[in-house]
Amino acid sequence: MSTPRIRMPASAKAGEPIEIRTLIDHPMETGLRQQNGQTVPRKMIVRFEALADGEMLFAADFRNGTSANPYLAFMARFEKTTALTFVWREEDGREYRATQRISVS
Amino acid sequence: MSAILIDRRLAIGGLLWLVALKGAAANEAIPAEVTAAIREKVGAAEASEGGITLKVPETAENGAFVPVTVTVHSAMRGEDRCTAIHLFATRNPTPGVASYQLGAGLARAEVSARIRLAEGQVLLAYARMADGSVRRAAARVAVSTGGCLT
Repeated sequence: MSTPRIRMPASAKAGEPIEIRTLIDHPMETGLRQQNGQTVPRKMIVRFEALADGEMLFAADFRNGTSANPYLAFMARFEKTTALTFVWREEDGREYRATQRISVS
Repeated sequence: MSAILIDRRLAIGGLLWLVALKGAAANEAIPAEVTAAIREKVGAAEASEGGITLKVPETAENGAFVPVTVTVHSAMRGEDRCTAIHLFATRNPTPGVASYQLGAGLARAEVSARIRLAEGQVLLAYARMADGSVRRAAARVAVSTGGCLT
């Protein structure tokens, strides 16, 4: 569970728009759902951050309305070879991380 | 001759109906708690229509998994930069769906995500620009199976 997946090109031209797609396996339990008469305990990722060389590139605050296995796609551009870090944070502070590198020519 | 006239009348009627439907999504009364959630995230700035596109299916078979794409018409440079996008559901148990913060390294002000909708409703997208202005788009989604119980 909670395996992050990143889909993006390994290389790009400087300034070229590239798509970054992210997905993490996670139930995103809202704490509102009932199963066999019991409330399923809340377990939510509330924050996603994509950092480019440590600087905020894209971030998301999730509330109840985000689907299980949250998927996000966005378009970025890089002027130089960049190290990307992706962080998903649960409400209780637990984190899942992934890293990726894009070579820019 | 009369058949043609009726056809034309039907066509015009259909067109008016379509226009009315599109307008309805934008003008539908918004519940107070949704307005409060919007104020909290977006602030009191008056939102203008246009310059933002909210793409959702007209009918979502599964409310637990509704694809959404928000595109803001922005060069993502200088003053013409979108800094945040907020999504709100008007008839979910909690109105706020998600907020996205857009850094300067983004090439386009475009976000795709998958969201949950409890029932058929109007979805609202707000975009905040670097100059402080706010844009808004609305779209109606019909939901076949509600997304909160699965």
